Amino acid sequence: MKTLKDCNKSCKVKVIKLHAPTDLKQRLISFGIMKEAIIEVLEHAPAKSTIEIKVGKMRIALRAQEAQLIEVEKYE
Amino acid sequence: MNDIQGKACPVIANHIKIALVGQPNVGKSMLINSVSNAHLHVGNFSGVTVDKTEVLFDYKDYHFTVVDLPGTYAFTDYTIEERVTHDYLCAESYDLIINVVDSTNLEKNLQLTSELMSMNKNMVIALNMSDEAYKEGIEIDAAYMSELLGIPCIKVSAVTKEGIEELLDAVVSVREKEKQESKLIFSEPVEEEIAQIVWYLDKHRYEAKNSYRNIAINLLKNNKQTYAKLHDDPVWTELQPILIEASKHVELHHDSDDIKESFAEEYASFNRGIVAEVLKQEDYKEEKSLTEKIDNVLIHPFLGIPIFLFLMWGLFQLTFEIGSIPMDWIDAFFGWFGDTVGATISNDDVRSLIVDGIIAGVGAVILFVPNIIILFIGIALLESTGYMSRVAFLLDGFFHKFGMHGQSFIPLVTGFGCSIPAYMSARILKNDRDRLLTLFIIGFMSCGARLPVYVLFAGAFFSPEMAGNILFAIYIGGAMIGLVAAKILKLTAFKGADEPFVMEMPKYRLPSAKLIWHTVLTKTMMYLKKAGTFIAAASMLIWFLSNYPHNLMIKEEYATKIEMAVSEEAKNTLANEQAVAHLEQSYLGSIGKFSEPIFAPLGFDWKMSVALQTGLAAKEVVVSTLGVLYALGDDVDEENSSLITAISKNISFASAIAFIVVIMIYLPCLAASIVFTREAGGIKYFFYLFAFTSIVAYSLAFIAYNIALLFT
Repeated sequence: MKTLKDCNKSCKVKVIKLHAPTDLKQRLISFGIMKEAIIEVLEHAPAKSTIEIKVGKMRIALRAQEAQLIEVEKYE
Repeated sequence: MNDIQGKACPVIANHIKIALVGQPNVGKSMLINSVSNAHLHVGNFSGVTVDKTEVLFDYKDYHFTVVDLPGTYAFTDYTIEERVTHDYLCAESYDLIINVVDSTNLEKNLQLTSELMSMNKNMVIALNMSDEAYKEGIEIDAAYMSELLGIPCIKVSAVTKEGIEELLDAVVSVREKEKQESKLIFSEPVEEEIAQIVWYLDKHRYEAKNSYRNIAINLLKNNKQTYAKLHDDPVWTELQPILIEASKHVELHHDSDDIKESFAEEYASFNRGIVAEVLKQEDYKEEKSLTEKIDNVLIHPFLGIPIFLFLMWGLFQLTFEIGSIPMDWIDAFFGWFGDTVGATISNDDVRSLIVDGIIAGVGAVILFVPNIIILFIGIALLESTGYMSRVAFLLDGFFHKFGMHGQSFIPLVTGFGCSIPAYMSARILKNDRDRLLTLFIIGFMSCGARLPVYVLFAGAFFSPEMAGNILFAIYIGGAMIGLVAAKILKLTAFKGADEPFVMEMPKYRLPSAKLIWHTVLTKTMMYLKKAGTFIAAASMLIWFLSNYPHNLMIKEEYATKIEMAVSEEAKNTLANEQAVAHLEQSYLGSIGKFSEPIFAPLGFDWKMSVALQTGLAAKEVVVSTLGVLYALGDDVDEENSSLITAISKNISFASAIAFIVVIMIYLPCLAASIVFTREAGGIKYFFYLFAFTSIVAYSLAFIAYNIALLFT
């Protein structure tokens, strides 16, 4: 399973499924991270602990741990 | 009849109460400012936990009350803001909602709009930032959008003030008209289930205020209120199996076991449809936006942190360099004010209470206002430009190791200045547990008021060349202990799964001077009001405890002695001795004597014990108390060389080290403790803080004392 955590800088992916627990899932959805959403990876913090992504026009920061729960596939 | 009541009779004129709702960073506050400014009469009331601003103004024949609710992405009740907004919208009474959306990011913003639409309230949509949208080549057909949604959509710009009047006119006309059913449309499978439930309700002629369609949607969404209402109705027995089936179908359709997720996807596709219909974007090549260019530097993997540290260093330099200029004037003013007021009061006790108690105590608080204003301006700047989120992004990795959140950094750094704004700024942490943990750690960051104590002791026990390094070590040491304490608390009291870190990185914006002025003013007034009243009370209490009971024996004894003394110097010494003798038998002295055994293992005498306890009122008081107790008279500051000599003579090196450790860690001053209690949300947290800091301070001081004994 490929997750958002595995993505490199400036790679574009499509969300397949959210594997997060309910609360976090709601949180992600409220930020527009849901099935079919297109995500672009913008930047990694030092030690790759946190990543910055772009969903639609919104920039969002999330931890690697959370990114690991988002299943994605490559998007062209 | 509404038209007849004019401005001449404002009291009974029509009142419209509006709830202003929107996602974060859509320029809601800006909008409310430009609306109310165009029509004046602004009154501001800030809420207790999260700021909820109310603005009043008149327009045409109407009184407007606009409640500016905290920005929220969706109704997930995840953060305090979301809860405040959601509760308000569900429970309070208001006439209509103005939903502010960011025209440059329409699809994302409509996510909240569609949730609002299913609440069945009157609503107007303000398409804000239309000027920016225009620049980006985005064109929105507002009239068509109004028709599609069944809700008036008005293009506005808080910056250029375009469309403000139209917005208010739309509000008035919505309020005068009958409620329109919103035109949310779902996918076919969901529509089928809605039709099924509507058909059932219709068959049983279920009586309700809302439309059957609205009830059906809310039932499918698992809306608790709708459930509660229907649950007690006879139709429920037959409705329940239909609902269970319906939910299953919807979830199956979306391949999810979460009905909320399914509905989020429904809304998303509805919104995509709306955006495709009403929004035209010119074929403009997406250049790298300014925000991305700035981000390339500011959150650079290697440069990001050094740049941040430099900015923080700059802010603190400003805080203390510029802040110290008016401090002298304020100090001089209160000195003069005390003397002037004192001269008009003939009764000795009353004068002493007013001048030495209240004026001196309140003056000490007001003294720090310049620093606090500068710090607040700096923090408001960092926040409103969008840089704060970048800092959280950069530091989250490091802080996470100690069980804290990236955003904890801001309150902790503020804590080096003063704990009071630090406790207040902890509000930026959305999660309660993270916020509490941070509140408990802020005290470990030595505040400015503890500096005089450190300067005094470092000067007394170390050479001048070493003193600076010792000061630095004290500050860094406090912060290190704080991080370790955070880790320990996280593993014990605040145990639990790590809170997720998902945060928007907003666009960089030029801050509006007016908005910053407004925030800083409100916060400063709050500091003055809260801290001022409590400090005044505390000063009176300390004054009373150190002055009473009066002992006439001592007074008479010294009065004769002083009269007999020959030189001026001898008279002074005797006066000081009298003060000590008086203090020793005062209530404060008794407390010190009583608590001496507790502090004996740390090598403190009763004077140090008293100084620690008066320090509970304010840390600055520690120095002046020591000054009084070591018989130098009242007029003492940390640079007073004779106090330094007295302390190095009377206090052993090991006791001094232990004393510094206690000052570093123990309970913050009274004003800060009160703010802490308020921010933490209950008196029980104060007792936790008291126990926690006392235990840590006592044990570390004990260890430090014994280690220091080995070296001397």
